[in-house]
Amino acid sequence: MSTSLLIVQTLNGLQLGVLLFLISAGLTLVFGVMDFINLAHGVQYMLGAYLAVMFYALTGSFLAALVLGLLAALAFGLLLEFAVFRHLYDRDHLEQVIATFGVILFLNQGVKFVWGASPLSLPIPEIFSGSVVLMPGLLYPIWRLVIIGSGLLVALGLYFLVGNTRVGMLVRAGATNAAMVSALGVNIRRLFMIVFGFGTMLAAFAGIMIAPILSVEPGMGDTILILAFVVIVIGGIGSIRGAFVAALLIGLVDTLGRSFAVDILRLFMSPSPARTVGPAIASMLIYLLMAVVLYIRPTGLFPAKGQS
Amino acid sequence: MTPASGAGRRFAVSDLVALAIFVIFALVPFAAKLGPEAYVLTLVTRVMIFAIAAVSLDLIVGYGALVSFGHAAFIGLGAYVAGILASHGIGDALVALPVAIIVSTLFALATGVVCLRTKGVYFIMITLAFSQMAFFTASSLSPYGGDDGLTIHARDTFAGFAWMKGDGALYYVVLGFLLLTFLLCRALIASRFGRVLRGARQNSTRMAALGFEVFRYQLVAYAISGALAGVSGFLLANATNFVSPAYMSWQRSGELIIMVVLGGLGTLYGAIIGAAAFIIAEEWLAGFTEHWKMIFGPLLILVVVFARGGLIGLMSLIAGPRRD
Amino acid sequence: MMKLVSTLAIAAVLGVAASAAGAQEKLKIGLLTTLSGPPAALGNQQRNGFQLALKQMGGKLGGREVELIIQDDELKPDVAVIKAKALVERDKVDFVVGPIFSNILQAILKPVTDSSAFLISPNAGTSNFAGKECNANLFVTSYQNDQNHEVLGKYAQDSGIKKAFIMAPNYQAGKDSLAGFKRYFKGEVVDEVYVPLNQLDYAAELSKIAAAKPDAIFVFLPGGMGVNFVKQFRQAGLADSIKFLSAFTVDESTLPAQQDAAVGFFGGANWAPNLDNAANKKFVADYEKEYNAVPASYAFQAYDAAQLIDSALKATKGDTANKDALRAAMMKADFVSPRGGFKFNTNHYPIQDFYLVKVAKRADGKFQTEIAQKVFSDYKDPHVADCAMK
Repeated sequence: MSTSLLIVQTLNGLQLGVLLFLISAGLTLVFGVMDFINLAHGVQYMLGAYLAVMFYALTGSFLAALVLGLLAALAFGLLLEFAVFRHLYDRDHLEQVIATFGVILFLNQGVKFVWGASPLSLPIPEIFSGSVVLMPGLLYPIWRLVIIGSGLLVALGLYFLVGNTRVGMLVRAGATNAAMVSALGVNIRRLFMIVFGFGTMLAAFAGIMIAPILSVEPGMGDTILILAFVVIVIGGIGSIRGAFVAALLIGLVDTLGRSFAVDILRLFMSPSPARTVGPAIASMLIYLLMAVVLYIRPTGLFPAKGQS
Repeated sequence: MTPASGAGRRFAVSDLVALAIFVIFALVPFAAKLGPEAYVLTLVTRVMIFAIAAVSLDLIVGYGALVSFGHAAFIGLGAYVAGILASHGIGDALVALPVAIIVSTLFALATGVVCLRTKGVYFIMITLAFSQMAFFTASSLSPYGGDDGLTIHARDTFAGFAWMKGDGALYYVVLGFLLLTFLLCRALIASRFGRVLRGARQNSTRMAALGFEVFRYQLVAYAISGALAGVSGFLLANATNFVSPAYMSWQRSGELIIMVVLGGLGTLYGAIIGAAAFIIAEEWLAGFTEHWKMIFGPLLILVVVFARGGLIGLMSLIAGPRRD
Repeated sequence: MMKLVSTLAIAAVLGVAASAAGAQEKLKIGLLTTLSGPPAALGNQQRNGFQLALKQMGGKLGGREVELIIQDDELKPDVAVIKAKALVERDKVDFVVGPIFSNILQAILKPVTDSSAFLISPNAGTSNFAGKECNANLFVTSYQNDQNHEVLGKYAQDSGIKKAFIMAPNYQAGKDSLAGFKRYFKGEVVDEVYVPLNQLDYAAELSKIAAAKPDAIFVFLPGGMGVNFVKQFRQAGLADSIKFLSAFTVDESTLPAQQDAAVGFFGGANWAPNLDNAANKKFVADYEKEYNAVPASYAFQAYDAAQLIDSALKATKGDTANKDALRAAMMKADFVSPRGGFKFNTNHYPIQDFYLVKVAKRADGKFQTEIAQKVFSDYKDPHVADCAMK
């Protein structure tokens, strides 16, 4: 266990954290402002990736695929909002869960229907396709640094947007008390649509950025969805700051845990059981973390909701 | 959503529906003889097993507003108790069933103490977290098959008597457990305990002001619910002669919630109908096309959007307004 | 009068003949494979391979017309149990062909073999069913799960590799995989890592590999896991200094996504599309024409399952009622497999050759694995000694 390995793993953890932030930011906003549990957020992430693959095949340019993919995902998200979600805002959380689960089923099968079941690929854009030497023999793809960078930029942008603009103020107010905001005469439906559209684009953006590294396949949004919910619960629903902190925390804990769990366990037990117990514990780590956080702070680290 | 009530005309109607359901279940094996008998028996047995779990979930979700997204863990625990004991030569229900109940209850109590400190979506997520921990633990149990699962060669006996050996015998044993579960939950709901639980769902501050320790009541309800789901898991292991971590996946917990909501929250028999509808629709649709989920997904959406109160709500819509 | 008698006689004879022909009713076969979720690509290959064989034989096996019932096990063991029971009890199939995954095989063996049907596994080949729990009604046309990994272990040992980093998913097949590799590789295992099943991002593990500086890595990462790992391994620049040995990680089902990233990487298999014999050339050509994709092992092993049924039924003249005779006929395995020789061992697992294969790009832009060298001849699995069937 050397310092250079530790540094590399920390970078890896940051990259995972940034990715999780991109996805959770939209989720926490939608949940916080609109009180709407959107399980289908994961498939929006997946759809972004698939649309980018499709546009790349048509245009041959990553930038075009990115832009077109974002726009198409936004359009699709708004269509979903209009067709399905709009009817659910006033409903119980449970019913929202079931309906959005139905959307997941439909879209997971739908992408298989359209693009087939085999995993698809998106190549890294030329300018970013090199690597930097992090350690002797280990090249760290520049693209991963781009992901970290763009994630941090988005975080900064959101921070500025939410903290310093009128729309941002409305979003914060809406997350605290949506009914009051509406009573004060704000067009709450339009605000909802803006928030939702933004959330969809963030998820799609995450999907497109990660596509060159991971394979694009049906169901790729499902595991990420669970992680995203863990993030927003730990961070506090409705809070972008909470999502940022929690996402980085989870990214680091998960990555460092997976790398060093076996080594740490080897201090206490023999190699063979350590090798199988280690990964099991590593997988559980983030859930243990969530349980501990919720025990101490039952509404997360930075809850946005005021008195209801 | 139709709140559950224990008085008046509605009580009699719901009783009639429940009676009808059980009569139908009792008659299925005879109707099955006219067709592919063993297959129908296997399918409906599976329906009833999940109905037990769904009813136990309805107890806390429909009446207590405690949405557990980790209920599949209890099913898995009950199943693994049956499997692990069987692999060590202990194949009698007189031992295995109580152990399954005790293990599930203990897990419910231990996790409930932490989970019940939270509310709403936080409760949902933390129940999910605990079930994921159970899932990963089961996946790492290599002596018991790990991720591949464990085959159970013979079903449990009862004091030496092979009460579940044939598919027909198993069917009636499971039906018996379903009936017991339903009656137990119904009695609980109608009792003072149930009224406190329902009161806490509507307004827990008020209940606390009235002097009730809401936390205690919720914990007991959670434990009973977990124990019943453990029984369901015990039966599932016996019915499939197999147990694997897949029985505890979060997708399974999600399916249970769907069954309860689909049928109609807070009616107990709604959960049974929901389980039947979900499993049979899955089987039936899968026979048409491999892309059946593209039909099932929108179906769920339609039911939620248009049929408030689930299928029960839909049925009463069709039957006309209630004359209470 | 005579005319009436003769007409009646002719009618009677025709009637008897007709019913005799119709008495050989349709042969019902159930195909239980994974057709949903990410592994559906493998299930599709399995289904395609079987259907190709059926098509080539005119929809008949052993002279009997086949009714093929296809079911999806959704990679859920208890769902697979229900579907398997439906096949043997409701549809009354004589053969169940499938599955892809070991845990599904584990779940369905009992329900299928308890009935009178035979189970033919064209992919999963767990060690317990090769040894202690061997079953007379199970036939495996693929391999025993340990074997492909042993190929790489032997190759690593023989080619002078001193330090190896080995990695597999944290489930039974993964553990069998690394055990199989270590059975032959006697060099230094610098690290043995088990990753969670379906892990997608290997940044952490890649850093570990770089720090350990092995001569070679051996991985078993099926499906999407392999797609991701190969891409990320190449992106991290490790491919130039570390030899890539694997099993089931770079094969025709994952190569379309891995593409150039996988070229030059090694795998171990009982077959490759460029294996040079007449039966294989025909199989590959027909498969590509029909499905516009390069066949993987999942396809050809299912193709062999169909051929196996056909050969057995030819021997019993279409009769499936006499199970002992049918079993004996199946044991003979009297057909020509695209892999060359095919024989069953006493535990109903195959005895076959194994090769080191290398990924290459074809002239037409598609990717496939190609035979690099033969590593084992007429190789028997190590668990047959524990099997009671002799």
